[in-house]
Amino acid sequence: MELIFRGIRHAFELLLRGDPEVMAIMWLSLRVSGLATALSLVIGVPTGMGLALRRFPGRTLLLAAINSGMGLPPVVVGLVASILLWRTGPLGFLDLLYTPAAIVAAQFALAVPVVAGLTAAAVQQLDPRLQVQLAGLGASRLQTLAWLLHEARLPLLAAVMAGFGAVISEVGASMMVGGNILHYTRVLTTATVLETAKGNFDVAIALSVVLLAATFCVTMIVTAVQQRGARPA
Amino acid sequence: MRRLALLCALASTLALPPGAAAQTRDVILATTTSTQDTGLLDSLVPRFEHSCRCRVKTIAVGTGQALALGARGEADVVLVHAPPLERRYVAEGKFVGRRLVMTNDFVLVGPSADPAGIRQARQVSDVIRRLGQGRAPFASRADSSGTNLLELKLWKEAGVEPKGPWYLQVGQGMGATLRVASQKGAYALTDRGTYLALKQGLDLDILFEGAPELLNIYHVMVPNPDSFPRVNATGGAAFAAFMVASETQQFIGRFGADRFGRPLFAPAAHRREEDLLRRAA
Repeated sequence: MELIFRGIRHAFELLLRGDPEVMAIMWLSLRVSGLATALSLVIGVPTGMGLALRRFPGRTLLLAAINSGMGLPPVVVGLVASILLWRTGPLGFLDLLYTPAAIVAAQFALAVPVVAGLTAAAVQQLDPRLQVQLAGLGASRLQTLAWLLHEARLPLLAAVMAGFGAVISEVGASMMVGGNILHYTRVLTTATVLETAKGNFDVAIALSVVLLAATFCVTMIVTAVQQRGARPA
Repeated sequence: MRRLALLCALASTLALPPGAAAQTRDVILATTTSTQDTGLLDSLVPRFEHSCRCRVKTIAVGTGQALALGARGEADVVLVHAPPLERRYVAEGKFVGRRLVMTNDFVLVGPSADPAGIRQARQVSDVIRRLGQGRAPFASRADSSGTNLLELKLWKEAGVEPKGPWYLQVGQGMGATLRVASQKGAYALTDRGTYLALKQGLDLDILFEGAPELLNIYHVMVPNPDSFPRVNATGGAAFAAFMVASETQQFIGRFGADRFGRPLFAPAAHRREEDLLRRAA
């Protein structure tokens, strides 16, 4: 128990002192996972909307695949991404393995199903009469989509938080495609694994607290935006 | 539209700096966890980076995986400690330029109560036979690391099959395996460096040491450049040369003395593997 308190105290020292090493690792984590989440929105939201609004053969199968993709194991993504990115692999010419960009790519693959699946669910639970009404008012297709997104903004922001939470907390893929290289691809989760291996438990706990604090701050901002958009009951 | 612009602005601030792009002159070093967990590489790598004006990407994995990566041309240089396996790879033409870098030794650690009576053993084969009786658990790395490969060799040479509920296959790095051993009152084979670095939090004592079979020999070598055109052969060879340079060797000979009271590694670039092995035979 004493170890945990020492770790938490150490975390506050590191944060208050603005320890450059820890700050750099934290910013890298936030940048990598933030970028992966942003990219996953670009692909995931349209995919989710398409699945919610259109009917085509194999739709249920695709939806089921995306929904089970929400639980995609990071190590599996990391392994497949590593093999693809190897110098001798099909994408080896990109020279991406053991770079921050490789982590972004792997985390993007992890976040897309979360965002797409939750977007589909969010749009589908809107009142179906809304679409008819919008069409009756003479809205263009783009206007209709924009309005539907606006109506579903609360669960959509929840999708953003779920996607971000999934990728900033994963360690398997970051370790495998990033390589945990100091000052380059070492993120908060892989640094925690390393410090645990080294037996520096207090530093590992401190890094965990920093990770939780950083995740909380980001989620707090998104939640504030979300609640501002919520209508009073 | 405004929202889209906001998203774009957000994405661009999050975008990674140009320095994060892949650099063709990066050197990928595949090595064992022991060289990283003891902190040796953290001290050595920046010195090399300064002299070569390049970046070293250190991938710390078990020796088995480091060799497998190098043998596929996925690394530019390897620093490993499993001589029989290394020689096999060299014979297959996968690696060239194998050079002796340093040594330290393995020790057998366990609970101080020593239920298997390891302290009374005089030889490694005797130690293994006592462990094989299964009076106390034994924690094995079970991850094809250099330490694991040596452990398996010792069982085989003593004619004991490690099997049974007492044989715990941890499947993790040295530090994690030592902690499992400490929690379970188990024995374990470890390199001395990692044990010394982690000793504080462990209920484990050194029960057997000093036998010639327990010498831990580190070599550096580079993947055969003829087989792998994409390998950074120049960078890999430069790192290998750096590891055996006299200044580096002197640094290795001092490393850890301030923290642990004795150096963790002995420089060995000036020695011959045959001589080390003859002593071990």
